[in-house]
Parts: sequence; C-alpha cells; structure tokens
Amino acid sequence: MQDILFILFSLLTLVFGILVVANRNPVTSALFLVATIVSMSGLFVLLNAFFLAAVQILVYAGAVMVLFLFVIMLLDLPAEEKKSIKAFSVIAGFISAGGVVAIFSSALNRAGMSAHLGDPQLVGDTESLGKLLFTDYVLPFEVLSVLLLVAVVGAILLSKKNLN
Amino acid sequence: MNFGLEQYLMVSMLLFSIGLVGVIVRRNLLVIYMCLELMLNAANLAFVSISRFTNHLDGQIMVFFIITVAAAEVAVGLALIVALFRRRQTANVQDLNSLKL
Repeated sequence: MQDILFILFSLLTLVFGILVVANRNPVTSALFLVATIVSMSGLFVLLNAFFLAAVQILVYAGAVMVLFLFVIMLLDLPAEEKKSIKAFSVIAGFISAGGVVAIFSSALNRAGMSAHLGDPQLVGDTESLGKLLFTDYVLPFEVLSVLLLVAVVGAILLSKKNLN
Repeated sequence: MNFGLEQYLMVSMLLFSIGLVGVIVRRNLLVIYMCLELMLNAANLAFVSISRFTNHLDGQIMVFFIITVAAAEVAVGLALIVALFRRRQTANVQDLNSLKL
C-alpha cells in the first residue's frame, strides 16, 4: 500500500513540477505549483512527518501561493510569448540540470545507503516536534520571529509609493 | 519492491533539477520565483526523508525553519517585484538590463 502511494505521490509531484515549468501562463503555473505542494505533503505523510505535512499545506499552499496569485493578478501579467524563450537558454538549462542529476546520482551510488538502513520508527507529530523546538532549538526559534518581523517591516516599506 | 531513502532522494533530485531548468529557461520574474520555491521544496523533501531514515527529528526542525524563512522571503521578494513593476511596467527579466532604475 505504501509503495503504491509513494509511486502515486512522487509521480504527481514530478508531473505537476514539470507543468509548472512548461506552462506559459503564470496563473496556471501558480496553480500547478499548489498541486505540486499538496502532493508533496502526501509524501511527507508517507515519511511520518505529519506536522510538516499540515504546515506545508497551511503555509505554502495556503498563505504563500495566495500571495503569489494575488501579485500575479495585481500585475495582470500576460502569457509569455513563444519567441521570448531562446533555444540557447533551453539547452543551457537542460545541460545544467543534467549535470545536477549526474552529480547527485553518482553521490547516491557511492553512498550505498539502503544497505544499512533498519526499520525506522520515527514519528514527527506536533508533540515531539514541539518538545524539540522549545528545548534544543529555542534560540533559532526566537531569532526566526525577529526575522519574520523584519520581513513584515521590509515588505510594508517596499510597497510604499514614495520612499521619502 | 521496497522503497527506501534512495528513492525519496531520487524524487527530490529530479524535482530540484526541474526547478533549475525553470529558473534558467523561463523569462518571467514571477515564474522564476515559483521555480525557486520548487527547488526549496525539493531540499525540504530531502531533509524529511533523511530525517526519517536516520531516526533524528532534527531534519524536520530544519524543514520547519526553511518553510518559515521561505515565507518571509516570499513576502519581501514579491514586494520588490511589485515595486519594480511600478517603475518599469515589466516583469520580463530580459527587459531589466540596466543597473539604474
């Protein structure tokens, strides 16, 4: 059952990811990105990261993507014309992506990880994550709140009409 | 067939390279930004799968932080894009070729 779900969710993630890149209309791209994120949170559930799956849907598919769609519709962007995409950049993109795939897969082959992995029992629910977050990682957590405050102030400042 | 860490890392790698292709090929600033999000998500998937298969929760904490930083980054980045669009009336990266606005 888990294997079927893994194949299903990973295929959905990859297909929607390809559609994000291949689509010429920014609004459809954004909606396919939402679909990618939702199917990726399915993968998170398969990995026992329940809290992160919920956060992924709430924060990414909820807040971040709404912000994206809002800006796309605010700016009223036209669909990208076909001629604006140059053959040179397509070739460069595929060469660099092929390089990344080659490097990572050779690293995966050399590591040979699957041999010494037992049956993991880890469960990333809210309780265990919260315990860790408020004991070992409390300083980064507080720093993060300052970062969010800075981002709020920065976003408001940048969106003012005249900066004087 | 039993799916393990290697398969999850493979999916993460493919998603990362899809995002990379998008960043290089696409010419729309917002779509490039979305492809960057795709690459961040691929890194998240790698973190979560390694965290699961090594029995440490630290990877999931890291993903939690990454998601928060990405949200902050999106807020500031989109504000920058809107400000840029107000000045130049374009979101095409090939029209943005001068240092002075």
